Amino acid sequence: MRIENHPILTFDRERRVTIFYNGEPIEAYEGESIAAALHAAGVRVLGYSSELHRPRGFYCAIGNCSSCMMVVDGVPNVKTCITPIRDGMRVELQQGKGVIR
Amino acid sequence: MKRCELLVIGGGPAGLCAAINAAKAGCRVTVLERNPLMGGQLVKQTHMFFGSRKQHAASRGIHIAELLERELAGLQDNVELLTSTTALGIYEDGVVTAMRGEERYMRIKSDALVVASGACEKSLAFEGNDLPGIYGAGAVQTLMNVYGVSVGDSVVMVGAGNIGLIVSYQLLQAGVRVKRILDAAPRIGGYLVHASKVARMGVPIETSCTVRRAFGGDSLEAVETVRLDGDFRPIAGTERIIDTDVLCISVGLTPLTELLAMAGCDMCYIPQLGGMVPKKDENYMTSVDKLFVAGDVSGIEEASAAMVEGSIAGICAARALGHEPADADAALAELRAQLDSLRAGPAGKHIRDGVSQTAL
Amino acid sequence: MFEQTGIASAEMVLSKFPPIERIARGRVALAECYARIPCNPCEDACPFGAITVGPDINEMPVVDFDRCVGCGKCVSRCPGLAIMLVDGSVGDGCADIYLPYEFRPLPAEGDVVAALDRSGAFVCDARVLRVDNSPANDGTPVIRLRIPRSELYAVRNISLK
Repeated sequence: MRIENHPILTFDRERRVTIFYNGEPIEAYEGESIAAALHAAGVRVLGYSSELHRPRGFYCAIGNCSSCMMVVDGVPNVKTCITPIRDGMRVELQQGKGVIR
Repeated sequence: MKRCELLVIGGGPAGLCAAINAAKAGCRVTVLERNPLMGGQLVKQTHMFFGSRKQHAASRGIHIAELLERELAGLQDNVELLTSTTALGIYEDGVVTAMRGEERYMRIKSDALVVASGACEKSLAFEGNDLPGIYGAGAVQTLMNVYGVSVGDSVVMVGAGNIGLIVSYQLLQAGVRVKRILDAAPRIGGYLVHASKVARMGVPIETSCTVRRAFGGDSLEAVETVRLDGDFRPIAGTERIIDTDVLCISVGLTPLTELLAMAGCDMCYIPQLGGMVPKKDENYMTSVDKLFVAGDVSGIEEASAAMVEGSIAGICAARALGHEPADADAALAELRAQLDSLRAGPAGKHIRDGVSQTAL
Repeated sequence: MFEQTGIASAEMVLSKFPPIERIARGRVALAECYARIPCNPCEDACPFGAITVGPDINEMPVVDFDRCVGCGKCVSRCPGLAIMLVDGSVGDGCADIYLPYEFRPLPAEGDVVAALDRSGAFVCDARVLRVDNSPANDGTPVIRLRIPRSELYAVRNISLK
């Protein structure tokens, strides 16, 4: 959910773009990180851990912790919390360590 | 290989102030910042800062970031800003390696370095702590204040230090219900004016209490809290289940010192400063020649202090490179007096104790 | 308890209020700053030199109630939102208080809102007389609220719901 009426901040949402999460289109705004755009669309699970296959979401949102890594345009282990979205970007859940093609 | 005169690693309050002061002295400065935006954690601080006018007190962090960026823009002939660029290592020959975006690998050789890499949030060990919906307080702040995305329907906050209290207040400002703020300590750690701000919004603060378990399928649904005795041991029978889709962890920060350790700086463990920190002299230079530090990487403190430390490191780095900033001695004396003043009260006691143990 | 809850006791609140004669004379500021922290913008904000922190910025502010004219410049400048104004000169068994309020939606002038105490509990209904969200307040609007005089020491917040 996006915040509309904030006492201090205004949010620049001029350019609307579409990204694809596991093939499903999601509307987002230019300037957002992948993790933020997904969260706004209600997506909290970004991947599954390699040993116990437990769900993973973001934790630090500033590129420290590696909990938010996903497969982006076919590239695994992209830190989605600090990677800005691009129109048409394809984002997929990552299983474990991902597969480098 | 890229060459530059002074390389500043980190574009937060400390790094930006270092860059501004060094550039003013005539030094050519390159700043590496991991995020797409300059300003570090300032860009999500919507509250007014404490301190005095000299550290922009009563201005909001977001506006201080803009102010520092404007000041840097005025020095653009001497400053190069590289955003989305993560420093990876500092090698024996002084070469810094970095990644620009996901693809471009860089090697940079500079005549001097200021490391202002900041800090990262500590985590907390409990059953289920890896469930999506359990986030660092800073992460929640980034999500709502940088991107305008609400984190969830309700939040339980663990930690009543300044960050826990401020982020709780900001969650309320974003229209999110804060169900409870817990802290394992027997008293509130943050400024009590912050505590009063959330208390009068009807948010209960519970000290001597912590989270024990988290429940949920693919994401968080509830947490179990428990009260603690004087020795931080759980008191049987005081468990309570709270339904919530977000648990926010704010149990302190630890300096991001990996680069300093790799560079061979003398390090020491100072709990009052958040963990491993570099030893340094009064010019904020480490045991490695011409390698300076400033801000949270040299010990966890408020952003006001980080800006002052950055200014000191910037002036001293410029001096070490043969520049002579105008009235440098007077400026340094004044900056050191500002730090003493920020740390002088009871809220700064742990900082004074910690800093006194880091002298080279 | 304050250090456990963040809720100031009645005695603590009273210790920061101006004398009743001064409140009866008209608008005056008070600073609910109960702990020493490094902070002094209130001192800089006052055009009348009525707030003193002193050379050590960790000292708590002292308001000179006779020098204070109740201009309210300090209210939105306090990073702790600890400053409010009180005015006991309005008569009719009422008093006015001026509170910083950084939430949305803002109340409208004339609205009746719920007045809350320092723990967020309901105290009484109160009428909003003014909402000052001028640029000088820099995002911290100040709400003027008319309350029963008997609740002068209790009210510290509002709720629109």
